Amino acid sequence: MNKIISAEFLAADIKRFVIEAPKIAAKRRAGQFVIVRIDEKGERIPLTIADSNKEQGTITIIVQGIGKTTKEINNHVAGDFFLDVVGPLGKPSHIENFGTAISIGGGVGTAIAFPTAVALKEAGNHTIVINGARNKDLVILEEELKNVADELYITTDDGSYGYHGFVTQKLQELIDSGRKIDFVLAIGPIPMMRAVANTTKPYGIKTVVSLNPVMVDGTGMCGGCRATVDNKTVFVCVDGPEFDAHLVDFDLLTKRNRTYNQSEKAALDNHLCKLDKAFVEAVTTES
Amino acid sequence: MPPLTKKERMQISRQPMPEQEPLARSRNFLEVNLGFTEELARMEANRCLQCPKPVCVEGCPVGVKIRDFIQLVSEGDFLGAAAKIKEDNALPAVCGRVCPQEEQCEAKCVVGVKHDPVAIGRLERFVSDYEREKVGIRTPHVKPKTGKKVAVVGSGPAGLSCAGDLIQLGHDVTVFEALHEIGGVLIYGIPEFRLPKNIVKAEVDALKNLGVEFQTNAVIGFTDTVDELFENGYHAVFIAVGAGLPYFMSIPGENFNGVYSANEFLTRVNLMKAYKFPEYDTPVFDCKNKNVAVFGGGNTAMDAVRTAKRLGAKNAYIMYRRSEKEMPARLEEVHHAKQEGIEFVFLTNPLEFLGDEDGWLRGVKLQKMELGEPDASGRRRPVPIPNSEYIIDLDMAVVAIGNGSNPIIQKTTPDLSYNKRGNIIVNEENMKTSKKGVFAGGDIVSGGATVILAMGAGRTAAKAIDNYLTNTEAW
Ligand SMILES: Cc1cc2nc3c(=O)[nH]c(=O)nc-3n(C[C@H](O)[C@H](O)[C@H](O)COP(=O)(O)OP(=O)(O)OC[C@H]3O[C@@H](n4cnc5c(N)ncnc54)[C@H](O)[C@@H]3O)c2cc1C
Ligand code: SF4
Ligand code: FES
Repeated sequence: MNKIISAEFLAADIKRFVIEAPKIAAKRRAGQFVIVRIDEKGERIPLTIADSNKEQGTITIIVQGIGKTTKEINNHVAGDFFLDVVGPLGKPSHIENFGTAISIGGGVGTAIAFPTAVALKEAGNHTIVINGARNKDLVILEEELKNVADELYITTDDGSYGYHGFVTQKLQELIDSGRKIDFVLAIGPIPMMRAVANTTKPYGIKTVVSLNPVMVDGTGMCGGCRATVDNKTVFVCVDGPEFDAHLVDFDLLTKRNRTYNQSEKAALDNHLCKLDKAFVEAVTTES
Repeated sequence: MPPLTKKERMQISRQPMPEQEPLARSRNFLEVNLGFTEELARMEANRCLQCPKPVCVEGCPVGVKIRDFIQLVSEGDFLGAAAKIKEDNALPAVCGRVCPQEEQCEAKCVVGVKHDPVAIGRLERFVSDYEREKVGIRTPHVKPKTGKKVAVVGSGPAGLSCAGDLIQLGHDVTVFEALHEIGGVLIYGIPEFRLPKNIVKAEVDALKNLGVEFQTNAVIGFTDTVDELFENGYHAVFIAVGAGLPYFMSIPGENFNGVYSANEFLTRVNLMKAYKFPEYDTPVFDCKNKNVAVFGGGNTAMDAVRTAKRLGAKNAYIMYRRSEKEMPARLEEVHHAKQEGIEFVFLTNPLEFLGDEDGWLRGVKLQKMELGEPDASGRRRPVPIPNSEYIIDLDMAVVAIGNGSNPIIQKTTPDLSYNKRGNIIVNEENMKTSKKGVFAGGDIVSGGATVILAMGAGRTAAKAIDNYLTNTEAW
């Protein structure tokens, strides 16, 4: 059982949790993740560790409520518990002083890219952060990133805040400006990561992405998280989650991630339906 | 009543196991075998000839005193019989259900020369169930505390039996388990219909009552390394992390949606209870009215295919590249699978999975095989028959061709010796590894084997760890 110390929404549906997990806090390095199970009937959900505090024995995770389980996670508040938190899992990011490094986060990927951006900065890189969101309301971690980045660019798809356009457009501008870019890290939705990979490939810029397949155990025992990288099958939970973006088969990843769409939808409908019922009951008992 | 003569004993036929009717059980996850009644058990026990030299014991990897416990059963002293088995076997309720008796004790039983052998496994199962249900698992005497602490890594049969022995010897024991539940393959692999989870839980609870501590969600290598366990005050470490790295076949199309490793399929269904989806949150491939093929011929393959059938598969096939005779699965499982309507396709090997544009499995290209010369395992090697390829429709495939060694311990504990398959090398006498204070046993040492061998290894290690900690034996 892991206690939730604090919990607050960063944007609609995106919630930040600080949870008690002293062992993980002491151990974890940028790029690693935990698997969380909220209750006896819950799924095992992989979540990147966004931050940690060794002294206080806490880790931070940031969750976007999309499916039934992530929505349920986001119903938790400070003082609640998660039944199981296991980690740190996966290989830490490979960090070195590359020179100029760009960390790109899309949506909740911003949170996931955050610790690596910090590590890149600490390793001595000139660190550029591009933080993309659909609109102004979904921009997260701006303050935190300001403190880390040598240069911070916020992009919104609809232009309601910062640079109007996709993260790849900003990236292309930076490349076109003739600056030497030595390393790019991109974390976010698959189409975004694929677009970043396509952008940097012609220039031979070393680019790393963090993959987010469906997982079960997270220890290499089931093979459910497999992906194809460099035409070889990898188990993302132990061989990754970070891989050379130019070698990842994004098409396969997209398709595999749809395996449970049907069931997810059924579960979510069922869940919402129960909520509705509970709501109706609450209303009728009140009146 | 005078004791039965040998002839009279030989005239009793082997008592059948009462079981759920095949059609009904192929739609539920309740245990298939219902267990002997007291009468059936005593009747079966009367078939034992009480041999002066019981050869059955030679067939038992841990040397259970078979003749003696059967004698107690025939006398109606079921609790005495349970205690007798426990002298050598820490998990009899489990082993009575999952051991390949037909290759072990029952293969040796002299009655089996002319008739069917004594049903030793069914008796073992009966007495341990009797004990658990009638009086609860009885806790043995525990020696005074030694002040020594042992870390057991992995909570499968090897880890559990080692922990049980060590706690009785007075050592403090903590079991570290990567998953959120204790039991290893007994929990995540072997299905409810063959090994009900409450039986495993009862064994684990008995260990808790004795004082064994369990830490779930602890992946040794990540959460703590083996060296850190020593730094944290443990005096010895027993590594029993199982096999736990599923092999795939390396054929095209293996990453289509609907292709699973047996580990993933069974973990979703057993550990995560996907068969109760959506009451439980974890989904699994919807097998209803689908064509499902499981590739392999071992217990894991049988478990997977029978699980698929229970989830509603229209056609559930076992596809095995050798013939029926070479299948490593327990006979009873094969027999049960056939009764449940599983279709067996022997001498057939997959060449390629075929899928649609959206990445879903749609079929498989198969090749017929014939048996050639014996290979290293002594079994005749399957060789492809030229021009025998054919394609069938398939919605789901489960690859159950075995497990390699999970690399987490190896990567984080490089100073242990491993063979080229990643198994930890030990001295089989005492399960000592190349690293001081570290012992290992079970599937991580032997490669995928059996529950009884893992349990035996755990007990051998416990004895050696005790010797090591009490300084009666130097490293
Ligand atoms: C589906 C299936 C059916 C089977 N059927 C039979 C049968 O009928 N009869 C039979 O005799 N045998 C059967 N077997 C084989 C038998 O289950 C195994 O040989 C036996 O369980 C091995 O025991 P073990 O203790 O070595 O490891 P396991 O039972 O594999 O347990 C190892 C445990 O260690 C944990 N672990 C792994 N890495 C770490 C780590 N780094 N830190 C902490 N914990 C870790 C794992 O999560 C697991 O819980 C079957 C196997 C499978 C998969
Ligand atoms: S070999 Fe068979 S008959 Fe003889 S003691 Fe063993 S179980 Fe009884
Ligand atoms: S999640 Fe099971 S192997 Fe990666």
